[in-house]
Amino acid sequence: MTTPTIEEPHTAEAPKPTKRARRATRIAEAASGGWKVLLFKVIALGIIDAMALYAILVLVQSEQWLIAGIVLAVTAFANWIYFSRGHLPAKYLIPGLIFLFVFQIFAAGYTGYVAFTNYGTGHNSTKDSAINALMLSAQERVPDSPAYQLTIVEQLGELSFLVTDPDGDVRLGGEERPLEPVDNAEMDGGKAVGVPGYNTLSFAQIVADQQRIADMAVPISDDPNDGALRTPDGSVAYAYVSKLVYDEAADTMTDTRTGVVYSDIGTGAFTAPDGTELLPGWQIFVGFDNFVRAFGEESIRGPFFSVLTWTFVFAFLSVFLCFAAGLFLAIVFNDPRMKSKRYYRVIMILPYAFPGFLSALVWAGMMNQEFGFINVVLFGGADIPWLTNEWLAKFSILLVNLWLGFPYMFLICTGALQAIPDELQEAARVDGASAWQVFRNIKLPLLFVAVAPLLIASFAYNFNNFVLIYMLTGGGPRDVSAGVNVGATDILISMVYKVAFVGSTADYGLASAFSIIIFLLVGTISVIAFRRTKALEELV
Amino acid sequence: MSDLKPGAPAARGLLDTVAASDDELTTTTTLTTGGGVRGEGKLPRRRFKRYFRETGWRHLVGIGVAIFAIFPLLYVFSASLNPGGTLLTANGLFSNFNFESYVDLFNSPRHPYGAWYINTLVIGLVTAAGTVLMGALAAYSFSRMRFTGRRVGLTTLLVVQMFPQMLAAVAIFLLMVAIGDIFPALGLNTQIGLIMVYLGGALGVNTYLMYGFFNTVPSSIDEAAKIDGAGHARIFFTIILRLVAPILAVVGLLSFIGTASEFMLASVILIDPDKQTLAVGLYKFVSDEFSKNWSIFAAGAVLAAILPVALFLALQKYIVGGLTAGSVK
Repeated sequence: MTTPTIEEPHTAEAPKPTKRARRATRIAEAASGGWKVLLFKVIALGIIDAMALYAILVLVQSEQWLIAGIVLAVTAFANWIYFSRGHLPAKYLIPGLIFLFVFQIFAAGYTGYVAFTNYGTGHNSTKDSAINALMLSAQERVPDSPAYQLTIVEQLGELSFLVTDPDGDVRLGGEERPLEPVDNAEMDGGKAVGVPGYNTLSFAQIVADQQRIADMAVPISDDPNDGALRTPDGSVAYAYVSKLVYDEAADTMTDTRTGVVYSDIGTGAFTAPDGTELLPGWQIFVGFDNFVRAFGEESIRGPFFSVLTWTFVFAFLSVFLCFAAGLFLAIVFNDPRMKSKRYYRVIMILPYAFPGFLSALVWAGMMNQEFGFINVVLFGGADIPWLTNEWLAKFSILLVNLWLGFPYMFLICTGALQAIPDELQEAARVDGASAWQVFRNIKLPLLFVAVAPLLIASFAYNFNNFVLIYMLTGGGPRDVSAGVNVGATDILISMVYKVAFVGSTADYGLASAFSIIIFLLVGTISVIAFRRTKALEELV
Repeated sequence: MSDLKPGAPAARGLLDTVAASDDELTTTTTLTTGGGVRGEGKLPRRRFKRYFRETGWRHLVGIGVAIFAIFPLLYVFSASLNPGGTLLTANGLFSNFNFESYVDLFNSPRHPYGAWYINTLVIGLVTAAGTVLMGALAAYSFSRMRFTGRRVGLTTLLVVQMFPQMLAAVAIFLLMVAIGDIFPALGLNTQIGLIMVYLGGALGVNTYLMYGFFNTVPSSIDEAAKIDGAGHARIFFTIILRLVAPILAVVGLLSFIGTASEFMLASVILIDPDKQTLAVGLYKFVSDEFSKNWSIFAAGAVLAAILPVALFLALQKYIVGGLTAGSVK
């Protein structure tokens, strides 16, 4: 940030003994704030304020009043903190806290909110935009309707239709901006060809932007039932009317061709009496529906519980195996008589230093059933389904995780073993303890105290070890009977990812409900675990 | 663990004492005779047996583990030197020695490896720098200042630390969509957006670790500087930051490595191939053409791994120290 190495004259006098400490602090603070620091402060805050001001303007323009207010309040607060005297802790904490609040705490809260909605494919907007989208998607040209003379104009990158209707009236409108009369248009032979403030598109430009223009639908009026103007060629527009009619009073959609009435029955989509839904629908609160589905619906509950069990088994076995291997190696190598330990150490650390996602991908290649190294070379052309058999896939995941994790445990255990003072050992020996007793009754408890928090952290890490699972098996082999996209080796977090982001349908609501369940599990485990370690610490 | 069988503790203890005294004996003899090799030649079998019981078997274990540890890495390196190789041909280890795949890697328009590499570096470095700065600021205030809410703040950080950001991936994705609607430059499919998301996780993960280290710097140093007229900013930037440099390096490095191999959030937020990171890009590469272009993937993996591995090995001591320091407080 800054390097305030300026040599400034000593303006502050040495504090007299009578002065209060607080006063001394204030003087020291004043003395240290050289003009360079002040300049830096002004410039940095100026840049931030400028960005915030821009953000507020944009937000106001798009009518996001609440967020604009929050941005304004936060910026004002930051300015006040940094320009006022005192509030030292706040000065140091604000930068981190802002990010923490937005992207972690708010995000966690938002997860909770989404978990109680039906947010997902087909339910990702408000009711109004769902109605608009429905009307738009069901549009058909009105038979024998008049042709409107059309000029396409542009302002700030946004295209508009400048239309002259058969009666000679000129109107202007764009996407989501219904037509409005224009009286100062430039006319050319009964057709409006330009309007002040807008650029008229040339033929070449129209050709270049063909697709975008063909997709445009300009509402004729505020009422979506009036239909919209569309153009096939950029020079003539026709009125299109939706085959669906929205009845605002009754809150129903009617298909004018079949006569079926779709009504809003509170499920977030217009639904016909026979149960067919018109999609897109919109986002609504569904209460505990997502949780009820997770625990109640047969096709989700089964896979969910097996994923839950496997998550615990996987995390526990991973920690246990890695720790056992790491401790064993630490004991083996923690012998002063052994030479060239350094070289082993460097080689053993490599798996830990190698980026985890790459390791998983490389192992996935080596474990490939047809071409992989393990089957082709080590097992002489055997056909072992390392990653595609339910149980072997679980074994493979544990094996790869052992490879990834034992170096860490080895380092930790070595450090902890060496930190145990020799005197303890010597004293025990003098008292006649055997090597095993020394290990079992002295070294191991002390070691546990040192590494227990790390084991818990490791458990928590593996509980959410998404990269390994997703890169090695992709959660597969897939459970075909399940109602959600999960497989035998999926853990909770990879299940969340797949429900929300993989495949053609996304169910953010259900995925968030699963996330909340993970939150609760991780929280509970951590609380219990930290209580236990506290107890462990008190033992010594 | 053969020597730690619970069955014969007493014998083992005896043996150890004998071995220890023997050891002293050997060192003295070697010192006086000046050559251990000749001494070993006298009684080869008994010496070897003892050698094996004491340290030899340890070497055997070491060699076994080393093979297990390094084999996949040798395999991927060998595959990368086999241009045009598939998964099957990669099985002939080091049958070829050619760097062509490394050139091909940069010439695929569908898989812009060069762009991924630069993206990863930029995102990783910016995130690491931001994390270190924000974490250090927060740790300094928690360590040196006493204010209302300090305890609550520390506890909150400890709690937040338990919940990795990716648990909220769905919410973060939706949040980024919403931000992108209003500010396209910060929202979905932007690297700045991803960096901001990562910085959101910065405080939670590292402040506690740094806080512990800051506490080990005696506050008499601050007080002395204060008496000499230095303000808090100067104390922090010119004195404290230099004293805690090791932990800054550790946090920066861990943050860089963590960010560079983060997959879940990066895959959700970055959509265009040109904007993606190595983790997302290489995963796509493998799932697109798994066994066909294995050699090119291997080359990409080797290049991607070089930097983190080198950094890790170079700063090994600090990292291990930092990791255990975090546990012992």
